[in-house]
Amino acid sequence: MDQGFFLLFAAASVVAALTLVLARNPVHSALALMACFLQISAIFVLLEAPLLAVIQIFVYVGAIMVLFLFVIMMIDVREAVLQRFLPGSNLPALVLLVLLGVEMLVLVLRSDRYSVAKPVAMRTSGEVRQLSTTLFADYLLPFEVASIILLAALVGAIVLARKEPR
Amino acid sequence: MVPLWWYVVLGVVLFVIGAGGVLLRRNILVVLMSLELLLNSVNINFIAFGHYYDDFRGQIFAIFVIAITAAEVAVALGILVALARNKSTLKVDEVTIMKG
Repeated sequence: MDQGFFLLFAAASVVAALTLVLARNPVHSALALMACFLQISAIFVLLEAPLLAVIQIFVYVGAIMVLFLFVIMMIDVREAVLQRFLPGSNLPALVLLVLLGVEMLVLVLRSDRYSVAKPVAMRTSGEVRQLSTTLFADYLLPFEVASIILLAALVGAIVLARKEPR
Repeated sequence: MVPLWWYVVLGVVLFVIGAGGVLLRRNILVVLMSLELLLNSVNINFIAFGHYYDDFRGQIFAIFVIAITAAEVAVALGILVALARNKSTLKVDEVTIMKG
């Protein structure tokens, strides 16, 4: 049951990712990326991380993809971007990619550290409460640093995208 | 029960596809979206290991990765809008101001 759902979501996410890379129009790429994020959030639900699934949908599908679509519509992508995409035109990068994929697959499949069949201990209820307790107690300083980084990015994005930077 | 290495292999496949988008595409928008895909495949690995070893730190680091990704996308899209306004190009091969 779980395996069937996992295979379904994994296949859909891989197809969406391939569509993202291979599509000519950036709008199609953005929509494929949105579909891929939805499948990944379903995989998070399978991994019993419902809070992360909700954050994934809110942040990625709700905020980042809308930002992408707005920028695509602001910038004229008519000419020079809609050209045909030739994968064979960049051979060293392609060889590097194949090497990277084969190496990582061999390392994963030949190792015996990933053969843990099932979770070590089944978690009881109230896991979001435990997660937030861990986040706000043990990881309070990185949380604050992340908030400062987000504020700096907000100010920086406004300054960069302003019309007349004088 | 889904074995752990299925999730790791899914992360590997999505990472290689995203790296292909970063290395092969010449459009800056698609390169940025492929970068998002790379970070998401890392998130899948974090949460899978955190689930299988019953540790919350995987989910916490995934939250941090998502926050940093949001900041990165905001700044990158701001830079992209300024770039498209000043140079009117979106191809990475033509952005050679800092080449020296």
